[in-house]
Amino acid sequence: MFDFFKKDKTPPAPAVELEKAAPVQPQVPTQDKPTLSWTERLKRGLAKTRSQLGNQLASLFGGGKIDEDVYEELETILLTSDVGIAATLALLEQIRTRVRRQNLNDTTQLREALKQSLLELLAPLEKPLDTSTGQPFVIMLAGVNGAGKTTTIGKLANLFQAQGKSVLIAAGDTFRAAAREQLQAWGERNNVHVVAQESGDPAAVIFDAVNSARARGIDIVLADTAGRLPTQLNLMEEIRKVQRVIDKALPGAPHEVLLVLDANTGQNAVTQVKAFDDALKVTGLVLSKLDGTAKGGVIAAIAQSRPIPIRYIGVGESIDDLRQFKASEFIDALFE
Amino acid sequence: MFENLSSRLQQVVKTLRGHARLTEDNIADAMREVRMALLEADVALPVVKEFIGQVKERAQGREVLQSLTPGQAVIQVVHEELTKLMGQQNSGLNLSTTPPAIILMAGLQGSGKTTTSAKLARLLKADKKKVLLASADVYRPAAIEQLKTLAKSLEVDCFDSNATQKPSDIAIQALDFAKRHFYDVLIFDTAGRLGIDEAMMAEIKQLHEYLQPIETLFVVDAMQGQDAVNTARAFGETLPLTGVVLTKLDGDARGGAALSVRHVTGKPIKFIGVSEKVDGIELFHPERMASRVLGMGDVLSLIEQAQKNVDLDEARKLADKVKSGKGFDLEDFKAQMQQMRKMGGMGALMDKMPAQVAGMAGQMNGEAGDKAMRRIEGIINSMTPLERRKPELIKATRKRRIAAGAGVQVQEVNRLLNQFEEVQKMMKMFSKGGMGKMMRAMQGRFPGMR
Ligand SMILES: Nc1nc2c(ncn2[C@@H]2O[C@H](COP(=O)(O)OP(=O)(O)OP(=O)(O)O)[C@@H](O)[C@H]2O)c(=O)[nH]1
Ligand SMILES: Nc1nc2c(ncn2[C@@H]2O[C@H](COP(=O)(O)OP(=O)(O)OP(=O)(O)O)[C@@H](O)[C@H]2O)c(=O)[nH]1
Ligand SMILES: [Mg+2]
Ligand SMILES: [Mg+2]
Repeated sequence: MFDFFKKDKTPPAPAVELEKAAPVQPQVPTQDKPTLSWTERLKRGLAKTRSQLGNQLASLFGGGKIDEDVYEELETILLTSDVGIAATLALLEQIRTRVRRQNLNDTTQLREALKQSLLELLAPLEKPLDTSTGQPFVIMLAGVNGAGKTTTIGKLANLFQAQGKSVLIAAGDTFRAAAREQLQAWGERNNVHVVAQESGDPAAVIFDAVNSARARGIDIVLADTAGRLPTQLNLMEEIRKVQRVIDKALPGAPHEVLLVLDANTGQNAVTQVKAFDDALKVTGLVLSKLDGTAKGGVIAAIAQSRPIPIRYIGVGESIDDLRQFKASEFIDALFE
Repeated sequence: MFENLSSRLQQVVKTLRGHARLTEDNIADAMREVRMALLEADVALPVVKEFIGQVKERAQGREVLQSLTPGQAVIQVVHEELTKLMGQQNSGLNLSTTPPAIILMAGLQGSGKTTTSAKLARLLKADKKKVLLASADVYRPAAIEQLKTLAKSLEVDCFDSNATQKPSDIAIQALDFAKRHFYDVLIFDTAGRLGIDEAMMAEIKQLHEYLQPIETLFVVDAMQGQDAVNTARAFGETLPLTGVVLTKLDGDARGGAALSVRHVTGKPIKFIGVSEKVDGIELFHPERMASRVLGMGDVLSLIEQAQKNVDLDEARKLADKVKSGKGFDLEDFKAQMQQMRKMGGMGALMDKMPAQVAGMAGQMNGEAGDKAMRRIEGIINSMTPLERRKPELIKATRKRRIAAGAGVQVQEVNRLLNQFEEVQKMMKMFSKGGMGKMMRAMQGRFPGMR
C-alpha cells in the first residue's frame, strides 16, 4: 500500500547463486573444542539453567508467607526465562488456584505448586520418537537459519546407529555456502553415506536419497534442509514442495518433520512453531543449544500454543550431545 | 496474541475519556502496557525495568499531562526514549588506522558471523578496499570452507587456513600475509562460542591480543531472547567490543535483544542483517528499531521492502498521481494490489504495518487473502475502462452487471468500492502531510531522493 513512495533507486544486484560457486572440496578434519565430556557438559548446562531459575527460586522459596510480592517475583522469574507473557500469566493463575483450593500458606508449598503446573504443561510433550512406523523411516529437519539442523542430523545419525539402525543422509540444503560440505563431514564422522547433488533442487536431492534408501534397505533417512525464516514465503512454499515430493518417493513420508529451535530464541520461537506447523504439520521439536546460558523457557509458551512433542534437546556441538527430552528431568533440574 | 502497543495504550486512555487527562493511576496502567510490550518483544527484564523508570518520569511531566491526546503523547515519549537508548545514527565502520585495518568477528553459535564477514567484505570491496577474509573456525565442520566459498563468489581473497591449524597461528599468519600483500582490511571470522565457555572465551581474547583489531564486532541474532543480556555481558567483559551487528532482521522477531545488548555493552549497533544473501546488510537506524520493538509498524522498512520488489515505472506513475492528489483510480488500485502480491504476500507485511492498516488488511492474510485478492482482481477486470477510471459512475445497474461478470455478489462489489475509497482517502492524507516526515527520514539513505 505504500509502494507509491517509490523513488529512483537502482534495483538490487542479482543475488549471488552460491550453490553454483561451491566446489566440492575434500574434507578436512576439524578439531574438538577444548571442552568437557558430554555428561559433564550436560550437567553443567542444566546446572546453569538450574542456577539461573533455581537460585532465584531458592531465594524465593525459602519458606515464609505467600503475598503479592512473591507472585510478582515469580512472574519475573518466568519472564526472564523466556516463558513469555501468556504462558506466565496462565501458570500464575493456576498456582493461585492451587494455593486457594489447597489452602497453601507457605512459599515452599508454592514451589511444589509451580513444579506441578509446569509438569502438567510439559509432560504431555514428552513423547519419544518411534521410528518403527516406516521403512525407511524418513525424517525431515526444518528450522530458521542457524538453529542447529545440520548438527542435529550429525547427532541423530550417531544415535540411530548406536541403536543398530542403518542411516542415510540427504543434503537438502542446496543454498548455503558449504552446507553440503558441512553435512558430508558429519557423514564421515558417522561413517554414513550422504546423498548430495550439484543441482540446486532440494526436492530432487531428497527424492533421490529416499529412493536410494529403499533400494538399499536403509532404516532411517535424515533429510537436511536450508534454514529459512517464516517471513520468506517463497522458501516456506519451497519446503512444502520438498515435503510433497518426499511423499511421492515414499507414500506417507516424511514420517517425522522435526523443527529445530535454538534455545536462545525468545518469543519468536512461538511464531516459528506456528508458521512451520501450518506449512508442514510439524510432528516433533528439537531444542538445541541448551548448554548455553539461555533457559529454554519458551518451551512453556510453545506447550500452550502448539503442544508438539519435544523429541530431543541439544547440549553441545559434539556428536553425542543430544538427549531425549524428559519433562520431569528438565523441571527437576530447574528446581534443584 | 497481543495487539500492538499503540492500540493497547489507546485502550488504556479510552477508559479515562471524560477526564481526558492522564492521572497517576492510568499512567501506571500505561506503563504496565509498555512493560508487557517490551517483554513481548524480548527486551530483557532488567533493561525493561530501568527503561520504564525513565519513561515514567517523563510521562508524568507536563508535556504528557497537558496533552489532549495523552495516549499518543505517552507513545511519543516511549518511542523517543527507546530511540535514544538504541543509540545515535551510526557512522559505520571505523577503519582509520595503519593498514591493514582489522575487523574481528565474535558471537554465539549460528548468530551470523561468517555471513556477516562476507557481507562486510562485499561492502568494503565496493568501496575500493583491498580486502582479505580469514577464518579461525577450526571446530565447526566446513566452517572455513563456508567462508572460502563466500569469498570466491565475491571475488575477494580468503586466507588459506585449514582446520588442523591452531586459531592463534591462523591469526598470526593471516596478519602477516595481509601486511605483506598490502591489504587495506582484514576481516577475521571466528568460531561460535558460548559466553560461559571459559576455554573458548580465553581463545578469542588471545586472538584479539594478537590481532589488535580496530573493530571488534559482536554479532547477535535478532531472535535472541532474555539471555541476550548475559551473553552480551560475557562477550563485553572478555573483549573490548567496538560495535554490534544485529542479524536476521528480515524475520518477524521484534528484536528486543537490540535494546538489551545496547544497554549492556554501551556499544553502537552498526549494521543489521536483512537476508542470508551477501547483499543483505544495512546501516542500523535507531528510530526504526524503536518502532519495530514497540510493534508500531515499521513503515519505513515496509516502504523499502516495497522498493525492492515493485515495478519502478508503475510505482513512479502512482507516486505522481498521489502527489497531485487526484487521478488515483481503480486501475491503479488493482496495480497496487498486484504489486503487494509481488512483494511476497500479505502475511510478511502485516507485522510491519501500523495497527490501523494491519487491521484493515487483516482479513486479507495468507491463503485466504490471496483468494480474496483474486476475487478483487476479478471484479475490477469485469469493469469497463471508463468505470475503472471513474468509479463514481458505478451505480446499481452497473454493479449488478459487474457482479455477474465476476461471479460474485453485489455486496462484494460494494465492499471493494468502499475499500477503494478508504485507500484513496489515505493517499490524500499522505500527499498532504504525512509524507514529509517519512521522506525526510528516507533522505540520505537513497541518493537522488529529495
Ligand atoms: N553450543 C551448542 N551449539 C550448537 C548446538 N547445536 C548446534 N550448535 C552450533 O550452532 C551452529 C549452527 O548449527 P548448524 O547445525 O549449522 O545449524 P543449521 O540450522 O543447520 O544452520 P543453517 O543450515 O545455516 O540454517 C554451529 O556452530 C553448531 O556447532 C548445541 O546443542 N549446542
Ligand atoms: N535470513 C537471514 N539469514 C541470515 C542472516 N545472517 C546470517 N544468516 C543465516 O544464518 C545462518 C548462520 O549464519 P552463519 O554466518 O553461518 O553464522 P555463524 O555465526 O558464522 O555460525 P557458526 O560459525 O556456526 O557459529 C546461515 O544459514 C546464514 O545464511 C540474515 O541477516 N538474515
Ligand atoms: Mg544447516
Ligand atoms: Mg561461522
